[in-house]
Parts: sequence; structure tokens; C-alpha cells
Amino acid sequence: MTQISTELATETTASGAAASAGEAIPKALSIRGLTKVYDNGFEALKGIDLEVEQGDFFALLGPNGAGKSTTLGIVSSLVNKSGGEVRIFGHDVTRDPVAAKKLLGVVPQEFNFNQFEKVGDIVTTQGGYYGLSPKVARERADHYLQQLGLWDKREQQARMLSGGMKRRLMIARALIHEPKLLILDEPTAGVDIELRRSMWAFLQQINSQGTTIILTTHYLEEAESLCRNIAIIDRGEIRANTSKRELLARLHRETFVLDVAPPLTSVPRVEGYPLELSGDHTLIVDVEKEQGLNSLFQQLADLEIKVVSMRNKTNRLEELFVQLVENNLQ
Amino acid sequence: MRLRDHTIALTTIVRREVRRFLRIWMQTLLPPAITMTLYFIIFGNLIGSRIGEMGGYDYMEYIVPGLIMMAVITNSYGNVVSSFYSTKFQRNIEELLVSPVPNFIILTGFVIGGMARGLLVGLIVTCLSLFFTQLQVHNLGVMVSVVLLTSVLFSLGGFINAIYANSFDDIAVVPTFILTPLTYLGGVFYSISLLPEFWQKVSLINPILYMVNTFRYGILGVSDINVGFAFGIILLFIVGLYTYALYLLRIGKGIRH
Repeated sequence: MTQISTELATETTASGAAASAGEAIPKALSIRGLTKVYDNGFEALKGIDLEVEQGDFFALLGPNGAGKSTTLGIVSSLVNKSGGEVRIFGHDVTRDPVAAKKLLGVVPQEFNFNQFEKVGDIVTTQGGYYGLSPKVARERADHYLQQLGLWDKREQQARMLSGGMKRRLMIARALIHEPKLLILDEPTAGVDIELRRSMWAFLQQINSQGTTIILTTHYLEEAESLCRNIAIIDRGEIRANTSKRELLARLHRETFVLDVAPPLTSVPRVEGYPLELSGDHTLIVDVEKEQGLNSLFQQLADLEIKVVSMRNKTNRLEELFVQLVENNLQ
Repeated sequence: MRLRDHTIALTTIVRREVRRFLRIWMQTLLPPAITMTLYFIIFGNLIGSRIGEMGGYDYMEYIVPGLIMMAVITNSYGNVVSSFYSTKFQRNIEELLVSPVPNFIILTGFVIGGMARGLLVGLIVTCLSLFFTQLQVHNLGVMVSVVLLTSVLFSLGGFINAIYANSFDDIAVVPTFILTPLTYLGGVFYSISLLPEFWQKVSLINPILYMVNTFRYGILGVSDINVGFAFGIILLFIVGLYTYALYLLRIGKGIRH
């Protein structure tokens, strides 16, 4: 096992020992009273508090300019904070940056590697920055490049890669020192659906192996599919910070789209459910959460209308997100 | 971070820097070789044969140490300023900022990268000069130490320039408007004893004069200035610039918001 792995194992054992001695297990990420005022006077963060448990798959969501990237920038030492405290597995990023940084891997939103370097060199060089010997760095680079489908590109200059490959390259680079906390800022932006799903599977795999993951994304479907806990940030303040299940429970109403047969010429009369006809095969219905769907199906069956298929009209998380941000604007 | 990790991180940065300037050797190694060969032919051979002696030596012999030093200065500076600025420009400085590499290792790595190119070009120019004249070594210790310290000093200068630079124009300003005039006026082509007394005194505020003359002393044994004093000035500049560059890295000037 490499030196870094040994050190991580030692730290993990140490935190386990602390827990057994009655001390609290440190959070993967702990942010307290974090503020950021840029030189132009813009207040990007207004004293946010945030905690992410070890092993979590956590989403930080918010509209453009909400403070997501500033928050992650401060956590990853790319942005200077104005005030507050950030701890990674109990290590303060300002007072104990070496220990904190060793436990953190970062996949930024923008491509930030030397486009003229070879793919393999980019990953192994990053390993060197974390104290990995060239041999270990090369072995790990090969491993992650293979896992992310880039191994046959390792001798190519990075600028020759497609957008999706460049994103995967940044993930391989972030994993080279096997961090315990991985931060991904919009990891699937501009990536096609097939590739996005394979990246989801990869992230779920490393999360199941114990890596805590924090991601920001504009694809709320992504957050809903992957994450267990979600925080919503807007205008530099945390608007919600809870489990995905609890957050979704806040939705009182859902809209369903029903494909029906035979073709309809008018809206069927169904008690308690406001129906809308879209074309001659599709019904749209708003359903209150406590109402359920059984009565709707029963009444449609009585009218000899068969429900062929059903789906949500909107992404549930997206609906909630819009509600929270709109409430804030009001 | 322990000594082993520091060493690996440092060698990683140095290896990356050397790989960079070797990859683009057509831009980094070839041009100074051609330029200096032209200097040797035009100033040394064609014009130099009419000038006669300078400081008791053939003009060609006299200018060779200055031209070697000029190559070391411009290439040490040029390597770090362009490499660190493009690291900023392409944002791959973030690879270092998120890692546990301490600032002094980052700075030292870039400085060694600058030294490597400066010294390699200096060696190429030295080899080329052997086609035109015979070189002697008056004091090997002085010769080697001053060339090493000079490359450190100008690598640091390039680093600070890159930190402040906001565009590619900014990295050309200092070499064009400050470094080149100071080098030409730093006794590369002439002894300051040829100047009127007033201009001799003005020349003494040019730090490059001290480096060129100390290097020339190492090779020929002649110098316009006191060699010990020159080493003092060079070391003072190195300590000052190193401390200032570290301070700039600590506050994140130009690299962190």
C-alpha cells in the first residue's frame, strides 16, 4: 500500500478510535458562518452553515450566481474566504491545509488542465503533487484511466479529447490520490445522456466504496437520482438542507401524464381530479399528495378508459427547486 | 507534508517544467542559439576585428562571457514568466492550489525549471562560442556560482512578472522595455571604463552589470567592479525577490479571488 493510503488508513483508524472513545466522528465537510465578499463589494456568501456526513452523496443546488462555486472554491482553496470556518474530516482548511487537502479531490466546472500535455502525464503529475512516487502514480493513473474509458488515449494531448472525455480526465485526475471526499462541480455539463449515465454509475460505485461525494448540477434529475441529501443555496444563503426524501415530501401536489385508450373526444367526468385533455390519447391530471391515484384509476376503469402508461409531467425536484427560489425572490 | 512528499512534489514540478521547454524546443532552445551565433559572427568576427582589444583581450573573447550571461538571463526569465503565466491562463495552476504542495515548493519548482532552461541555453551558447574563440577559465568557482545565482535571480523575476500579468502583453513588457536595455547597458559589449565618469556611475545601479562582470571575471579574470560586492548585490536581490514571491503566493495575488 502506498504512503498516502497508509496515512489515510491511519487517519481512518484514528477517527474510529475517537468514535469508540465517545468523541463525535468528524463530518466529511463542516462549514460554519462562511462569508465571502469579493473585491468589487459583491457579497457572494452571507454566513452559510453546512454539514456533510461521511459516506454521503450530497447535492448542492442553486441558480446561477447563487454561491455554489464560491463555496466549493473556498473548500478547495481556490478562493479566499472572508470569514467563517471550513473543516474537511475535522481538519481546518486554513490552519491545517496539508491534512485537509490530502483528503479532498476536486473536479471543477471548467477544464483546468494543460491542453498540450498528454492525458497520462496530466494524471501522473497530479499524483506527484500528492507525494505519490512515479511508479505508484503511473499504476493508479492506468487504473483510473481504464475505469473511465480513457486508457487508449493516454498518449494523446488532452486538447484532442472530446468534451465528455475531458470531464472524465478531470475525474481520473481528482481520484489519483484516492481522496475520501470528492467534490464535483457540474460534472456532467454538456455530456450526452449515455455518457452521463455511465458517469453516474461510476460515481455511485466509488460512493459505495466509501468516498463521500458532493456535487453541484443543473440537471436536477441527476441530483434526484444520485443524492441522499440536498442543500439548496440562493443569493449566498442556504434555503434548504435536508434529505432528498424530506425535501420531496414538501411537494403537496404532483402532475401526472396518462396515455389512455381508446381515443377521447372530450374530457371524461371524474370526481375529485381536475383533468385536462391533450390530444386524443393523453390526459393531464394534478393530484394532491394525500389524495392518491386509486380512485382516479377506478373511475377511469368504470368509464372503460384504459391507462396505457403514466409519467410525471415535471421533475419533482425541479418543481420544488423553482418553488423555493421563487419564494425567495418574492 | 514530509520531506519525501516535498521531494516528490518538487521533482514532479521540475520534470513538468523541463518537459514543457523541451517539447517546444523550436521556441525555447533554437532561437537563442541562432541569435547568439549571429552576435558572434557580426559583432565578434566582422565588427570585432576592427575594434581590436577590449580590457586586454580580443573583442570576441571579451563579449563571449557577456553573451553567455545574456542568454542565461533572458531564458531563465522567459521560461518562468511564460510557463507560470500560461499555467494561470489555462487555470492548471488550480492543480497545484488544491494539492497539499506548500508555496515554497511551488516557487522553488518553477525557479529550478527556469534555471534548467537558462543553464541549458547557456551551455549551448558556450559550445557555439567555441567555434569562434577559445575559452579559458580563470576561476571556475566564481564562474559557476555566478551563473547559477543569476539564473535563480531572473527566474524569480519572471515568476513575479507572471503573477502580476493579466495578459500576454504584460509578460512581454518587462523583457522588452526593462530587461533588454539593462542587459545591453550592462557591459555585455563594452567595458564601462569607456564611458564618461557620470555614465559609469549611472551604470553601477544596473544589477546586470554586476553579473556580467563577475562572470567575465570567472572566465577572463577581468572585471569593472569588485567581485565580492557583486555577489553581495546578487544575493540581496535573490533574498528580496524570493521573499516577495512567497508573499504573493501566500495572499494568492493573481491566482485566488
